Amino acid sequence: MKVSMEWLRELVDVNQNAEELAETLTRGGIEVENVENLNKGFEKVVIGEISSLTRHPNADRLWVCDVNLGQQNVTIVTGAQNLQAGDRIPVAMIGAALPNDLSIRKSKLRGVVSEGMLCSREELLLDASVGLDRSEGGILVLAAEAPIGENFGKYLGREDSVLDLELYPNRPDCLAMVNVAREVASLTGKQPHLPKWADTAKGLDLPVAGDFKIIIEEEELCRRYAGLVVEDVHIAPSPEWMQRKLKAAGVRPISNIVDITNYCMLEMGQPLHAFDRDKITGNIHVRSAKAGEKIVTLDGVERSLQADTLLIADDRQALAVAGVMGGFDSEVTGDTKRLLIESAHFAGVSIRRTSRRLGLRSEASNRYEKGVNPYGCVATLGRVCELLLELGAGRPVAFLDELKTLPPQRQITLSVQHTSIVLGLELKDSDIRQVLENLNFKYEEKEGIFVVEIPTYRADLEIEEDLMEEVARLMGYDLIPTTLPQGDTTQGRRTPEQDFRRRLRRVLVQSGMDEVMTYTFTGAAKDAQWGSAQHSISLLNPLREELSVMRTSLVPGLLEVAAKNTARRNTEISIFEVGTTYWGDEKPLRELPREVLRVTGVAVGKSGRHWLNSQTQYDFFYVKGILEEIVREFGLKFDYRVPENRPRLHPGRSADVYLHNECIGFLGEIHPSEEKEWALERAVVFELDLGVLFKHMRPIVRAQSIPRFPAINRDLAVVVPIDTSSAAVMTKIHKLGGELLQNVELFDVYTGKSIPEGRKSLAFSLRYQSLERTLTDEEVNNLNSRILEGIQQEFDAEWRK
Amino acid sequence: MKKEILRIGEEALRELQQLDKSEALQELKVKVLGKKGTLTALLRQMGSLSPEERPVMGQVVNEMRSRLEKAWEERSAELEAIALEKRLAAERIDISLPGSRVARGHYHPLTQVVEEIEDIFLGMGFQIAEGPEIESDYYNFEALNLPKDHPAREMQDSFYITEEILLRTQTSPVQIRTMEKLRPHLPVKVIAPGTVYRNDDDATHSPMFHQVEGLMVDQGIRMSDLKGILLNFSRQMFGESREIRLRPSFFPFTEPSAEVDVSCMLCGGAGCRLCKGTGWIEILGSGMVHPKVLEMGGYNPKEVTGFAFGMGVERIAMLKFGIEDMRLLFDNDLRFLQQF
Ligand SMILES: [Zn+2]
Repeated sequence: MKVSMEWLRELVDVNQNAEELAETLTRGGIEVENVENLNKGFEKVVIGEISSLTRHPNADRLWVCDVNLGQQNVTIVTGAQNLQAGDRIPVAMIGAALPNDLSIRKSKLRGVVSEGMLCSREELLLDASVGLDRSEGGILVLAAEAPIGENFGKYLGREDSVLDLELYPNRPDCLAMVNVAREVASLTGKQPHLPKWADTAKGLDLPVAGDFKIIIEEEELCRRYAGLVVEDVHIAPSPEWMQRKLKAAGVRPISNIVDITNYCMLEMGQPLHAFDRDKITGNIHVRSAKAGEKIVTLDGVERSLQADTLLIADDRQALAVAGVMGGFDSEVTGDTKRLLIESAHFAGVSIRRTSRRLGLRSEASNRYEKGVNPYGCVATLGRVCELLLELGAGRPVAFLDELKTLPPQRQITLSVQHTSIVLGLELKDSDIRQVLENLNFKYEEKEGIFVVEIPTYRADLEIEEDLMEEVARLMGYDLIPTTLPQGDTTQGRRTPEQDFRRRLRRVLVQSGMDEVMTYTFTGAAKDAQWGSAQHSISLLNPLREELSVMRTSLVPGLLEVAAKNTARRNTEISIFEVGTTYWGDEKPLRELPREVLRVTGVAVGKSGRHWLNSQTQYDFFYVKGILEEIVREFGLKFDYRVPENRPRLHPGRSADVYLHNECIGFLGEIHPSEEKEWALERAVVFELDLGVLFKHMRPIVRAQSIPRFPAINRDLAVVVPIDTSSAAVMTKIHKLGGELLQNVELFDVYTGKSIPEGRKSLAFSLRYQSLERTLTDEEVNNLNSRILEGIQQEFDAEWRK
Repeated sequence: MKKEILRIGEEALRELQQLDKSEALQELKVKVLGKKGTLTALLRQMGSLSPEERPVMGQVVNEMRSRLEKAWEERSAELEAIALEKRLAAERIDISLPGSRVARGHYHPLTQVVEEIEDIFLGMGFQIAEGPEIESDYYNFEALNLPKDHPAREMQDSFYITEEILLRTQTSPVQIRTMEKLRPHLPVKVIAPGTVYRNDDDATHSPMFHQVEGLMVDQGIRMSDLKGILLNFSRQMFGESREIRLRPSFFPFTEPSAEVDVSCMLCGGAGCRLCKGTGWIEILGSGMVHPKVLEMGGYNPKEVTGFAFGMGVERIAMLKFGIEDMRLLFDNDLRFLQQF
């Protein structure tokens, strides 16, 4: 809502300037988004008269003008060819900053000093409605009576400032100047002086029209329809003051009749529409469109209407799309002699639906959508009558008011004590009294209980708490003290699962991975590659195809991040995300889908070169090492198996990860055939299910004491067939070694010289230790031999001395 | 004999000063004082002396012996010091060389901010509640006093999955879910961090972003308590000298409602580019829980009151770290992320 300060000052005393008032309103809950100075750019532009003009001595195309500015005369050089002596023109003086951002400085043109600039429409960002016709293509020439020396902005009626209100949905009342004035009055403690028609109880002193009826067929969608019949219509431009105010409010002046309806709408908040009465046949019907019905709207477009579109029609045809746009056939034209002016109440839901569907939004539809006061329909017509007569635009002769059920007038009971408790602010009866007086609300009061009559224009006030907000905002939110809740202290702590997620992130960060955050929606094709197309959930209204399904895997998002970083020459990529995947078990969804947390990582490239450290390759074993960190942190045991069905992973460099015999995810290099799509070489990915990890995690470390007896170390190297799983050998060693074998590490894997083709050497370091005694060499040697024998038997192994 | 002792002794002392290796020093010691050493040999001849001479000679030998031993000790200490000096000089390194590489990753700034917010509220006795991101129309709107066709629904453009199921546009549905779960227990005291979605994508809006919701319900909860909790939060988050102010606002699920501004962390309130000259920065929306919402959650608004608030994590992160473009937070450029 654009509020002209000039207009506002007519409705309420304001002793603040626009910026100060904006602050008052914003602090009072009516947010002012912007204060526009309409005169901006015209501050140093004045109206001058060309006393004489002569050819420039040194340039054929230039003119040297003597310009009379009233208080002074200046010399200005111009290249325009449309001027003659006596013309009145806008002059930008030295120091002016024009609307098109041009700054005017003193300058010399071919040896002649120019003390300013004569302006064209383009430089002032004005349209052809200003000035004489011969201004086209040259300097703007004003009417001969333009006052010399006057500020050009003042001449255009632009001295005003306009507050742009950003209204919350609960305050549609402030889409009316009278209610903005009431609001300003409440917040500043002033009395508004409104037109008498702002009192909605006022009726019209006119006869009821007898020659037609108003028939409301859709009671739910139209609560009230009032019509004013006007005769002796004389179409003309509206007066300058009205045009100026309309323009300040962002509405284009058209003709006296249209301007009066718009003016009254801006002032009272009630949308109005004028029909040519002589183009209406029979009665006015407020009804829904019939199947296949069409209407040509004011803009000349023929529109097909859906069956639930609310229409204003006569006995023959549709006249207007209710609350949205009038029809072409019943439009007011220069020949119009009689009018029917509509002042109605339509349901916002219906208007919103229709205006969306037709792509038509207007000041009127906007007001209906947000809520119009149905009590104000007739009073607004009273204001219309007043202006019609004042402007000589027509003679109101009769009216009709068809009324269905209106919302009940409300009373709210406010307890001073309850309000004090809720706000945490000690209030006296007199405080409440003062607030209600400022609001101009009627009330009755008894022992701290106020029964308040809510005016019909404040439909947002429904319950006691709504009035509490009025009390708080009028007294000032700053008065509310700062306290802490008085109840017993409570202890805040994370749930075990929240704690687990936090620890998981920490392990990964400590292992050198960077956390990323990707969109949870992705493209359908991408998601299907790594997730499950069968389960993926599509959005009905996605922003674009690449963001149209909820992910079932985080892998595509992370590969995208890796690829983007690679393209930007960030080549050390080791990233992870803990995020949600979304699984629908039916299409379309009837129940909420499953949300499954995953931890996913991608590593590609290698660590940067360093003078001391060798470069770490971000390969399979790098990532597996990070998974081992997760294993250690949470006391788990992963089982890596050759994957069953992972077509997008390198078959020889990938693994399914099992935990307690349940597959919880995978790890592996992406398949070489995937590399081109992602422009990534040898990227390694992993993805694990968080739920299963959490289920099996060791909640608390059980500490083990340090053994008191010395350990004995033995190395054991065996040569086995090349496809033997080292983990299997390790497991066997553990089994054979029993409880005296405390630890086994694989410290060397070797193929090549001295090892037969098709075989590899595995070297283990074994640590024997007893918790009860010192072991003897003999004992250990025996155990070691037994392990060796066992391995030789099971794995076709040879002892490598 | 005494002469002989002195000669051997003096000679050994001279020789000792010239030796520069501790091995040679040891050799000399054995040669003079060892079992077969020259001085030891002289001592053996003492038997041939008269009983009167013996103690005199004994004293001469012992004196010489202790002189020698002391000299040896001193010399070997000297040599050790020289050797150490040499070693230290040889082991000098270029301390300006970069240190060894430590592989450490980085938390995403939004994670850091969420965890910081969580920690602050945990410290004030709040629990952390969670709810689904794919939510029903009922929890996302209706139970929050936003019936279908309510004009305020337009404030939020939603991503729909079906007519009844959508991506939650706010973390507020967790308010209802939490109350339903906890009723009739008091107090309800939770925050709910989470991902939310709106159909909006430009320089200042991301279609996916994050919020932290707060809810406290108990007997006698006051708007001043809301102010106190939020002041406490703002000071921990943005600095001890911060102030807050409340401005009237509108949310369908709170009444009265308030927008909360914090005094500018950059200029301290004097006015600067960050706060657009006002000295204040809007950080969150809040209010007293609407009676209808309490009812929907299963609490009797005649017996309890509550406050609720909601803040945008991206906005807090941008203010805290001085991030100028929100899109950086989802761009995932490692050069950006590795700063945090
Ligand atoms: Zn500032």
